[in-house]
This record gives sequence, C-alpha cells and structure tokens, in this order.
Amino acid sequence: MAAGSIEELALADWLETTARTELLRFTTAGSVDDGKSTLIGRLLYDSKGVYEDQLASVRKATRNLTTGGLDLSLLTDGLRAEREQGITIDVAYRYFSTPRRKFIIADTPGHEQYTRNMVTGASTADLAIVLIDARYGVLPQSRRHAFLASLLGIPHLAVAVNKMDLVDFSEAVFDEIREAFTAFAQRLGPRDIQFIPLSALAGDNVVRRSDRMPWYHGPSLLEHLEAVPIASDRNLADLRFPVQYVIRPDLNFRGLAGQLVSGVLRTGDEVTVLPGGQSSRVKQIVTLDGALEEAFAPMSVTVCLENELDVSRGDMLAHAGNLPHSARSLEATMVWMSDRPLDPHRPYLLKHTTQTVQARVREIRHRVDIGTLEPSPAAQLQLNEIGVVAIEAQRPLFFDLYRRNRATGGFIWIDPITNETVGAGMITGGVAAADQRDSAVTPAERRERHGHAPAIILTDGDEDVARLLERRLFDRGCQVYLAPGDADERVLRALFAYGMVAIVVRTSAETAARLSDIAVRMVSGEDRNLAVEDLVQRLTYIPRPSAAENLEGDGI
Amino acid sequence: MRRTLTHLESLEAESIHILREVAAEFQRPVMLYSIGKDSSVMVRLAQKAFYPGRIPFPLLHIDTTYKFREMVEFRDRFCGEIGARLLVHTNTRAIEDGANPFRLGTQKCCGLLKTRALLDALAEGGFDAAFGGARRDEEKSRAKERVYSFRDAFGQWDPRNQRPELWNLFNARINKGESIRVFPLSNWTELDVWHYIHLENIPIVPLYFAKERPMVVRGEMLIPVEHDIPLLPGEQPRMVMCRMRSLGCTPCTGAIRSEADTVPKIIAEMIQFRRSERENRVIDHDQEGSMEVKKREGYF
Repeated sequence: MAAGSIEELALADWLETTARTELLRFTTAGSVDDGKSTLIGRLLYDSKGVYEDQLASVRKATRNLTTGGLDLSLLTDGLRAEREQGITIDVAYRYFSTPRRKFIIADTPGHEQYTRNMVTGASTADLAIVLIDARYGVLPQSRRHAFLASLLGIPHLAVAVNKMDLVDFSEAVFDEIREAFTAFAQRLGPRDIQFIPLSALAGDNVVRRSDRMPWYHGPSLLEHLEAVPIASDRNLADLRFPVQYVIRPDLNFRGLAGQLVSGVLRTGDEVTVLPGGQSSRVKQIVTLDGALEEAFAPMSVTVCLENELDVSRGDMLAHAGNLPHSARSLEATMVWMSDRPLDPHRPYLLKHTTQTVQARVREIRHRVDIGTLEPSPAAQLQLNEIGVVAIEAQRPLFFDLYRRNRATGGFIWIDPITNETVGAGMITGGVAAADQRDSAVTPAERRERHGHAPAIILTDGDEDVARLLERRLFDRGCQVYLAPGDADERVLRALFAYGMVAIVVRTSAETAARLSDIAVRMVSGEDRNLAVEDLVQRLTYIPRPSAAENLEGDGI
Repeated sequence: MRRTLTHLESLEAESIHILREVAAEFQRPVMLYSIGKDSSVMVRLAQKAFYPGRIPFPLLHIDTTYKFREMVEFRDRFCGEIGARLLVHTNTRAIEDGANPFRLGTQKCCGLLKTRALLDALAEGGFDAAFGGARRDEEKSRAKERVYSFRDAFGQWDPRNQRPELWNLFNARINKGESIRVFPLSNWTELDVWHYIHLENIPIVPLYFAKERPMVVRGEMLIPVEHDIPLLPGEQPRMVMCRMRSLGCTPCTGAIRSEADTVPKIIAEMIQFRRSERENRVIDHDQEGSMEVKKREGYF
C-alpha cells in the first residue's frame, strides 16, 4: 500500500500518541525448557513487532525443534555459538511497542551458571517475568529468579505460569503454584506480584485473553505490561546529581554536565557539593533546547552554579537538607562474575556513579545460597556466587542504600590487572559509625564474642511477635534487648555498635528512615512462628572467620 | 507539572549520558560518521551532550569511494554547518591494487574497504574509543552487543568474552592498543530514529526520500545506477519511484519502491509494512550469521 493513502490526520494522531508513550524495561529469565524464548517470540510476533524478512530467515533455519509451524524461539536466539548449542548464553535485548508503551526486554538465560547474565539484565528492569512450567510447579530455579529480581530491586514481578494447555487449563494447578510461590516470595519483602496463567505456544493469555481459562479474570501478560504503574517507582525525593563532565567552552561558562539519577532540581535551589560540602545556588539549568526551570530524574542536563566552585567529575550535587550517606567502609551484597574468585587480599577498583576508587573487601561475611536464601560460611566468592561483604574504599563514597536508590546504591567491581568487570555490588549499609571510630575492639571480634551479628529489628507493631522473638533469641544465647518505643537513633546505634540485637516494636517513620542503613524490617506475614524462626536462624548464624577477618587498618 | 519522560526523552537522556561518559573517561574518542540517518541522530545527541561547548571529538568517515555522490555532498555541507571536525579515511592502497565490489565480491570488498580501512584509521589516529550508530534491533547478533564493546589490540570482538554491563555503569578500562566501540543508540529502534528525526527536525541525506531515480531491477531488488555497475545480459536501467532505507555503498544498497517524500510519510510507510531495513543491504545475506562473522573481524 502506498504511504500517501494514510490520511494525514491519522498520521498526525499517531505521531502525537506515540510521542507520549512511556518506556518499560523488563527482564525474563528461564531455561530452554520453560518456553521462555517461545513466550518472547509470541510477544514479538503477536504484537506485530517481528519484521517479515526476519520471519523468513527463521523459516529457513528451523530444524524441526517444535512440531509443526514456526519455532518462535529462533526469533530470539541470536549468536552462532548458541544456535549450535541450542541454548541462550548471553543477555539479548529485544524491542517492541504497542500504542501504549515501548518495551525493552533483557532476555537472559536461566541456568545457575548464568547468574551473572541474569543480574546484568535485571539491573535496569522495571519488571521481571518469572516463568514457571505448570507441570512442574515452583522449582528451585523459579525461586532463584525471584530472589535475583528482588536482590536487584526490580519493583514488579509477573509470574507467568506457562504450558497451561498441558495441565488442561486447570485452575487448581494454577492456585497451587500461586500459593507456593507467594509463601516463598514473602521472604523477599513486599513487592507487586501478578500471576498469569498462559500458554506461550498456543498464545493463551499472552497478548489476548484466553477463553479457555474462564476462571481467570486478570489481564493477559501484555495487558499487564502495558498497564503496570511505573511512574511512582522512580525516586523523585532525593536529589542526586553526579557530575560527569565539566563543560567549559570559554571563560564565561562553566557547566556541570550529568544525569539526575534521582530527585528534582530547580533553578534557584540551594545545593551542597560533595565531597567538599560547599553550598551554592543553581543559576541555570542548561540544555540545547533552552534553559529549564526544573529538571527531574532521569534527565541529562547541564547545571551552572552561582559561585565559581572547583567542581569536577566524581563530585555530587544534593540538596542541603537531604544528603546521601558518606563513608569509606560499607557493607554490600556482591555478585561475583569472574572465573577467578574474589581475593580479599587484593586491591580492586570500585566504580560508583561517576567516580572510580581503589577498594578492597575486608571481609566476606557469608555467602547466600540463591536457591534457599540460606547463609553459609565462605572464604571466597566464586563465579555466580553471591555474598555479603564488608568493603573499604580509599576515598569516601556518597551513597544511598540500594533498596532506596538503585543508582547511588549500586557499583561495579573491576579487576585492575585484567580490566574485567568481576563483580556487581548493592550497598546494604554503611558500616555503623562505631566501626569507623578508633575502637580497640573490632566488630568482628565482637561478633565472635557474642556469637552473632548485631542487628536492629523493626517489627510491624505486633508486640506478641516482638516478645516471642526476644525470648527465642535470648534462649539461643543472643545479646538481645526489646528497646522502648521512644528509643532514639543514637541509643539504637550504640546498641548496634556494641554488638547487640535490638528489637523495636514501633518507632517513628523518621527514626526508621534514619536507621535505614543498619535496620532490618521483620515482615511476619501469616505464619509468625515461621517468620521468627527464620530471623533467629539468620541472626545466630556465625560465619567461619575468614582470612580477611584479621586484616585490620587502612592498608588498601 | 509533568514529571515523566516519554520513551524518546528517556532514550535521549540515556544516549547523552553515554556520550559524556566516553568524553570524560577516554583519552582520544572519535565518532564514526557514516552519513546515514543514525549518524545524523548520533551527531545531534553529541551536540546536545556538550552544548554550549563544541563536540569534543572528531567525526571519522570511512570512504570506500563507492558512496553515493549525494552522501559525500551532504557530509561536507553538514559537518561545515555544525562546525564539526571531520576526518576522512580511505584504504587507498587496496583501491590502487584494484579492489572493487564487482571483481572481489561484496564480502572481500567490505573486508578491505570498510573493515580494514576502519581498523587502520583507528590505529593511525590512536583512538581508544569509537562511537558507532549501530542499534540492537538491527540484526540478531547486534541484540547481544554491549553499549561498550571491548575490542582487542587487533580490533576484534569476542562474543563469549563480553564484559557484563550493569545499571548505567560502564567499564572504560583498557590496556594500550585495545579499544572500545561505543553504541549510544543501542536501545533505539528504527522507528525511534525516524520519530526523533521528525520531532527534532534533523537534516538527512535526500536519498532517503522518494524520487524518480535510474535503477537496475534485479529480482526483487532495485540497484542504483552509479559507479559503473556491471549489467547482466538483458538488464536496462529504468526510472523507478523509490528511496533508500539504509545507506551504504551504491553496489550493495538496494532501494525500495516508495512514494514517501517526507519524514512523516516514511514513518507511515514503516507502520504499514515493516521490513527489516537490512534486507536491502546485500552484505548481510552473504552467509548465515554473516554480521556476526564481520563483527568478530572488526566491523562495526
């Protein structure tokens, strides 16, 4: 059909509508047998995102991998090596759009050995699709995917219960899977989860709602992807503007170029420049399209300050009343991505926002089993393992906790000899203030003496649960204390520094926010006893002292 | 007040971030400028990234001498207007030795006049980072390409040994002689590019717009009559209303029949019948997985 036959009005309308569509990034994880590639192929195919000639070359390459018709998975399996092995070995990015949204899929393989790829794909995603084969239910692999999605801070989870056609579209099967998954997911903390029964091969509930599952009244997968609200996921509360580059075309102009990773910045705002701590006002927010009154995350802009300050790459602008944490010692969850294990004796490079600093791991606190979430002792971290580590950097980092701010809470870990990216870290806490003071006793020594790590536990207000927890911990030999409701931040921090477990039944939102670097929330959910047991297990677990434990001092 | 970005605004912000990271972290970046629509968008993003300063790196055009005349004219005018520093490199030795697509076949010709020329130009200029306008939606092997694509000292790509890329943190560490190819448009689709050209009013080569042009009609393909293309028995050039969907060398760039002579009409045409733009570039059909083979060798 000739282009001229589209009415001008319809076209203008389309341009107008499309100009307003939002971007949704999602990740999928699953292995060959889950039908993940088929699901993506189905989304692309049914949403008309597949170009005709690419279809033609799929027809050429299909080697009877499915019975009859087209093997949709070949649309997504790209590289030769993969085609030879019949598995997806790397993160592949796919694009499609509907009139409501544009989608970027980070398609990752699901095997255990590919944790690194899954984590890579998940790092920027708004939503994760966890695929479950209806015939087999919630397998360790499904749990692994959900855990990684949670670890990487993906706010929305869509659980696609696939191959419903092979279980006669049974509501009972679907319900059973939903209950099993929900029970597990409670341990991951609250998040938005949508369960969708579907058949990727036959197309049921992928793009269009299926009439073969009349008991299901929810959206199809695509409908869900189009409607899930993501605007409020962004952190617009905390202004963080890492300076990337200084633009200085002549002596009269000095602009700080960067991307607002969170928050809102207005002309005239008073800002603090870190690390120096100087104050200034925003004179102008410059773009090629004109000056802005206001910029918000994730815009890339150029900021001119009123004072001539010596600001350079690696510095950060924040509002005076809302500064990020600043510390050289931090605790982080680290995903190890290299064949060579993490060596706590070696210096590495840590890249965080726009600064790169020398850093080392002072201690591997423990490893986390990504299937069961159980901690276990570790002297090393191997490829695809995840551990909680204490890090010391040569210079202070300006950070927020990862769960509050993915951009200022995440970092990559680089081997300075091979130059490879060997790890990815999510900051879970600044090491408590006492840790950085000149104390004659190290936190590791205190942990060994007490037989457990320190903790501040914020419960959801249920005194019975708090008392039960105190009793159980006490019986296990813990230094534990049910703190009064009006205990202030300093008292709680002192208890923590001493190595105690303090339980707080109810505290103000403000105190809770200020303690966010060291406190853990207890979500009791439906089964209190289970939740308490779970927490007791975690707190009384003592990792074997690692070689790093004895390394003290500032030698990096 | 609206505090959400549209998908194009998000892509723009991401691309600007990438451009600035490279300018800040590399010693000698360069931008590969192919004169095509993607290059035009990439240059506009670079202008935005460093405004009111100038683009702090040169543009590099690999001239095979088989480009359309209109492309070269556009290149010189456009770069002059925006005040960009333009470098042009040709593998003159290969051309003196008689390299041409009709004699060598497209695969070998591309290897010498594009890949070899590019690697030589990057080595001669001592460039440690080179921007390219490639998009992940173009072709399957591109879908797995990183934003920062590491190349060894021979300029080659190893798909099994790519650095993981998380959040917007890019690893810019390289040893001497190694380099990084950077793709700021990784997450753009062809439609995004056209849409952006429309909204931003970005100048592009007139070959993209439909017009009556002399063409050789060979099977489904329309091949432009330029650079003395050898005709098969019985072939006669004729005037065809057509346009180019992507621009390469004339012998390898097919045209499509079209009446779309404005950007909105091109967009309308795309919505109506979607065909991957690379279908009309002969080189990718040489062998199964041919883009991957070229990329391993050092092609963009």
